[in-house]
Amino acid sequence: MSATNHEVAGEAGEPTRRDMIHVATGAVAAGGAAMLAWPLINQMNPAADTRALASIEFDVSKVAEGSQTKIMWRGKPLFVRHRTAEEIAQGKKDDGAELKDPQTDEQRTMQSNEQPGKPEYLIMEANCTHLGCIPVGIAEPGYIGEYGGWFCPCHGSHYDTAGRIRKGPAPKNLYIPPYVYTGGTVVKIG
Amino acid sequence: MSGPSSYVPKSDLEKWLDTRLPIMRFMNDTLVDFPTPKNLNYWYTFGGILAVCLASQIITGIILAMHYVPHVDMAFNSVERIMRDVNYGWLVRFMHSNGASMFFLAVYIHIFRGLYYGSYKAPREILWGLGVIIFLLMIITAFMGYVLPWGQMSLWGATVITNIVGAVPFVGDAIKTWLLGGFAVDNATLNRFFSLHYLLPFVIAGVVVLHIWALHVPGNNNPTGVEVQDVKKETLPFHPYYTIKDAFAICVFLLIFAGFVFFGPNTLGHPDNYIPANNQVTPAHIVPEWYLLPFYAILRAITFDVLIIDAKFGGVIAMGGAILILFALPWLDSSKIKSMRYRPVARMWWFAFVLNFLMLAVCGAMPAEPPWTLISLICTIFYFAYFLVVLPVLGVIEKPQTPPASIADSILQSHKKSAGVSPAAVPAE
Repeated sequence: MSATNHEVAGEAGEPTRRDMIHVATGAVAAGGAAMLAWPLINQMNPAADTRALASIEFDVSKVAEGSQTKIMWRGKPLFVRHRTAEEIAQGKKDDGAELKDPQTDEQRTMQSNEQPGKPEYLIMEANCTHLGCIPVGIAEPGYIGEYGGWFCPCHGSHYDTAGRIRKGPAPKNLYIPPYVYTGGTVVKIG
Repeated sequence: MSGPSSYVPKSDLEKWLDTRLPIMRFMNDTLVDFPTPKNLNYWYTFGGILAVCLASQIITGIILAMHYVPHVDMAFNSVERIMRDVNYGWLVRFMHSNGASMFFLAVYIHIFRGLYYGSYKAPREILWGLGVIIFLLMIITAFMGYVLPWGQMSLWGATVITNIVGAVPFVGDAIKTWLLGGFAVDNATLNRFFSLHYLLPFVIAGVVVLHIWALHVPGNNNPTGVEVQDVKKETLPFHPYYTIKDAFAICVFLLIFAGFVFFGPNTLGHPDNYIPANNQVTPAHIVPEWYLLPFYAILRAITFDVLIIDAKFGGVIAMGGAILILFALPWLDSSKIKSMRYRPVARMWWFAFVLNFLMLAVCGAMPAEPPWTLISLICTIFYFAYFLVVLPVLGVIEKPQTPPASIADSILQSHKKSAGVSPAAVPAE
């Protein structure tokens, strides 16, 4: 077995110039591979046209008392529910109940600028926080759950009149999108 | 099992080729002269059946891709055009959609066969693991394929399943958005699912090659679970003995397949998928295709928080674990006896496991309300207990029967039995 100079030097434990070149080459190759990999991975993230989602404006007075409507925002539906006085009272009463994701009724209608919103209008993302189905709400055919709010038909989550999770597999209350009232009953969402 | 090659080039051309690319030798050793245990029963024909299923799916899939348009505005209509206007489009699509069902039917039988005869045990752990990888890839491919027609079940099935990814703590949402290419299941999602649905079958084909390679090193297991000891006495060349047996089984299987295609093409599908996708209305009852129901039931069975793991992530862990646990099976089963033919107690548990799996499928099809939630949970616990408790413990405490000393012995015994001679009257060999 004939050893090269390189191997002899390696045995002595001293890194050689050639080792240095190997490491440097490997490092450049790894860096290059990572730099190439990132665009290939990131291309799957939302494209600019998807991200450039203008916020929407909606006049909540269009929703009759005791009913709800669905509007589209960022490719997803939102619930806008006009609650009756009893439903608000029920929501406030349940502030003290045992809640999985504790929030008061007042927090549920808070605007994103931390100002109190309108308690009669509940604006929420319409996707169940479990696996994203659209729960059945008031003024729609179907069971609306034990708490008079929403019932998700997919996996049986019950939400109350403030959209809070009360029973079933969903971990969170229905999400509240960022919104502020820009004047009167017009709300700007997003 | 692999051994010295028995290939003898016959013509000058074959000799010339053999020294350059020994492909004829390879084909001969894998498909013609491959020594196969004499005692394989019909449960062992499902490997061949699965190869036919994969080929059928790839061929019909490539044809469908010639006519299908992966865009949210046109996908549904392009599928209807395939059904109504494309020449024989209805046939190709029904072969593809029912072919997926037949593929899974065959793969479940193939897997349960492996569980029964202990085919996952040494020296076939890699073979088994590769099989589990194929099964996983099949699930992913089938799920993405189901999204493509862009019906109500496509959209909402995709929404539910991609939300599963969102359950992963901390990075879940970012990964979900990355997978979807947006904030909800939309055109970007449909496009990439089409791309991957086209790719993955070829990945499956690649893993199948490895699977067959890993099979051909130790050779086939067999119903006795006793390894081949005398190749001459106990094996037959794959061709013509098993090519014929497989071909017959494939014909029977294709008859059933054709029965579905021609007489009940929508029996296994869901009518809601003939409603165009609508992201404002969830179908009253979202169900996956029948072959994913047991795992869907396991996903839904976890409705309670365990320590820091919430119910949602718990369900995800359970569902993923139900498949991943199969990888560990060769090391979980502590029994030295392979075949459950000689393990009367384990055999009962195996039957219970099969029934439990079917019950999970029923649970998955039912709405998530009592009593199904409780039944799902019990069945899920049993599913895991079979692997984590029953098989490890049983290998230690059970008293198995003695398997025959060799495959040749077992064949001899069964011949004597069928000849009406009582075993006691036969002098010991």
